[in-house]
Order: sequence, then C-alpha cells, then structure tokens
Amino acid sequence: MLALDIRNVSKKYKNFELKDISFQLEKGYIMGFIGANGAGKTTTIKSILNLIHIDSGEVRILGKNLAEHELELKQEIGFAFGDVDFHNRSKVKTLTDVIKKFYKNWNDDTYYSYLRKFKLDENKKISELSTGMKVKYNLALALSHGAKLLILDEPTSGLDPVARDNLLEIFQELVGEGEISILFSTHITSDLEKCADFITFIENGQIVKSAEKEAFVETYRLLSGKESQLSEVKELLISYKKNSFGFTGLIHADDFDPASGINAAIPSLEEIMIYFAKKEDMYV
Amino acid sequence: MNVAISNSSDKPIYQQIYEQISAQILKGELESGYALPPIRQAAQELRVSIITVKKAWEELEHAGLINTVTGKGCFVAEFTPDQILQLRNVMILKQMAADASYYKSFGLTLVEVIELMNKVY
Repeated sequence: MLALDIRNVSKKYKNFELKDISFQLEKGYIMGFIGANGAGKTTTIKSILNLIHIDSGEVRILGKNLAEHELELKQEIGFAFGDVDFHNRSKVKTLTDVIKKFYKNWNDDTYYSYLRKFKLDENKKISELSTGMKVKYNLALALSHGAKLLILDEPTSGLDPVARDNLLEIFQELVGEGEISILFSTHITSDLEKCADFITFIENGQIVKSAEKEAFVETYRLLSGKESQLSEVKELLISYKKNSFGFTGLIHADDFDPASGINAAIPSLEEIMIYFAKKEDMYV
Repeated sequence: MNVAISNSSDKPIYQQIYEQISAQILKGELESGYALPPIRQAAQELRVSIITVKKAWEELEHAGLINTVTGKGCFVAEFTPDQILQLRNVMILKQMAADASYYKSFGLTLVEVIELMNKVY
C-alpha cells in the first residue's frame, strides 16, 4: 500500500514553478526529500498538506484523494515545519489542550508516554524548549492522534549532532512496526545516508529522480581523471570541476563507458546535489 | 552474529553486511538453522535503512547461504562440507581477483607476488 502517492502535481507562481511532480512512498518506510534551498521542497510539502492549491495533479494519501477527504485524512497525518513556531508564551500543557480537541482519535495515555520518552516537561513554556525538543513535541502530538504518515520539513536543521542522531533513531523506531511512514525534507544528507529507504531529489521545481537510496546513488558515477581525458567525456558530464590534478565530474552511469579507463566511483548524496547545483551555474 | 558497519568504506552498506555474515557462516561461526533477526529489527539495531538490510538478506539467500521460511523468518542453510569449501573458495577468489589487479598495476609477476606474500603470510 502507498502511504503517499503524488501524481503530476503542478503549481505556477510568478517567479517559481512546480513542474509535474510525481513520486510515491510505500507504507512503513522513510523517504528523504532533498534539494537545494529554493528548489521547491517546502512548496511540494505544502501541496501535500493542501495548504496551497495546486493547479493540476492529484495527491493521494493512504489510498484516498486528499482534496476529497481532507478532514478525514488530516487526522492521519502528522506534520512539523522546522521554522514555524507555536504561540511562544503558552505552556506546553495549555497548547496541547487546544490542539487535542481537533483530533477524534486523540489518546492521552499515548501522549503522556511520549512526553516521558522524549523527556518533555508539559509545564514548560514553548519558548523554553530547545529546537530538538520542539520537534519532539510535534512528534508527540502527531503520534498521540494516531498519525500514520509523518511529513516533516527540515526536522533536523538547527540540531546539534547528538540531538540529530537521537531524532533519527526515533524515526527508525517509529517505522519499525511497518505502520508509520515518514517523509522528511533536509539538506543535511548525512542524515539520510543513515536512515532513509528512499530518496526523492528535487531541483528547480522538478523531480530529478525518486528511487531506493542505493539505486539512487548507483545511477550516477563520480569520475576523476587527467585533464587530457576530460575532452572524451565532457559532453556527457552533468557538470565538472577542473584543477591542477585533473578533473572530477558527475555522469549518469548509463553514459559512462568503463573501458575508458577513467577512475569512477559511486558518489555520495551530497556530491550528487553539489554537481547538479553546479550544472545550473554552468549553463545559466 | 557480529556486524560492524563502516560509513567511510567505499563498499555499499548492504555489501558490508552481506560479506560479514557470509564469512561468519562459512567459518562455521553461525550454524545451520541459526535464525537471523527480522529485517526491521536488524535495521533499527544496526542504524541502517530497512531496504539495506533487505538487500543484504536477499544477497545471502541468492548465494544459497540462508533460507526464508514464510512467516517465520530467515535461517542459515544446511551445507555439506564440500559445499562450504566451494562457497568459501568463491568468496576468497573474489577478494584475490581484486588484490591481483592492484599488484598488476605495479607490474608484478605472479612469482614476485608469491615471493612477497611469503614474507607476510
């Protein structure tokens, strides 16, 4: 079953456009949503939540059309935006009392067990919570109303390495039973090397590729060779850098001829992002 | 069962898991019938993605080292001593082929390699 099924979503703004976005997330897995700042991650996430009206296309969540079953589906979605804050001067307890009224499957026992697990004190004010604690509070809220799909925009940004690792461990625990699915956007790609099953890469409002993590990196090769070899492959490279030792460049695995003798390695997610960003610089 | 994952290795993580478990099976450290942990549990404990573990288990099954019993899990297969020897040789030869190309890049002959190998073995 698909937790999330996005089909041909388009949305046009004056200076930016989401072009024919499609990708799917299977139930029980973690998908990392990557792309440079301004590539369209947040706009895509907002269209998944129906916070902006899409011009065309369809978003299906847990098998149902979002536009037709919005109220019902929102009960099953938990979401967190990295930079949007709650009312800062309220206590956690006060805010929870307001929020829980919106959810018919709210479970107090679950809520308190997560507060204990995440070491959250409900008598603290929101403004007194650290960034990591705010993300955890959001998760506790989502899980207490029985959310099956978690959509998180940059949940790990602003966290120190220890807090990030802790959060990623929680994500893995959550999908462990196979019931909960997570889509999270990030530009910290090392987070994904650890825990993501699928990667969706957006660039300039378009999906470059959406695939299983290992298959994703294996569609590319990072070449490093002598300057004299550059001319052989230059036309096929997505982008490249030259220096006094030779060149390094990213290429589609299909375009690469292993017989060429150029040193080729599987790139990291970060390298893929960097070379794609460089492509823009080279041709624009 | 021991598995140690290196994030700085060039080898994909599923490959590392596959190689380490297959070595333990072929050395007899994991006996036939030994039950491997469920995929989702192993992923959580190893701190790798679910699909990575799934892939490693699939490779092990493909190599004939484990059997999947639907609804029960994955178990180390039964082998005759001959089969173990054969599987072990396949694994060793794979490593040797990689090493050999490194020696060849320095222009060493087989005799020279054996001579040097004698010093460290």
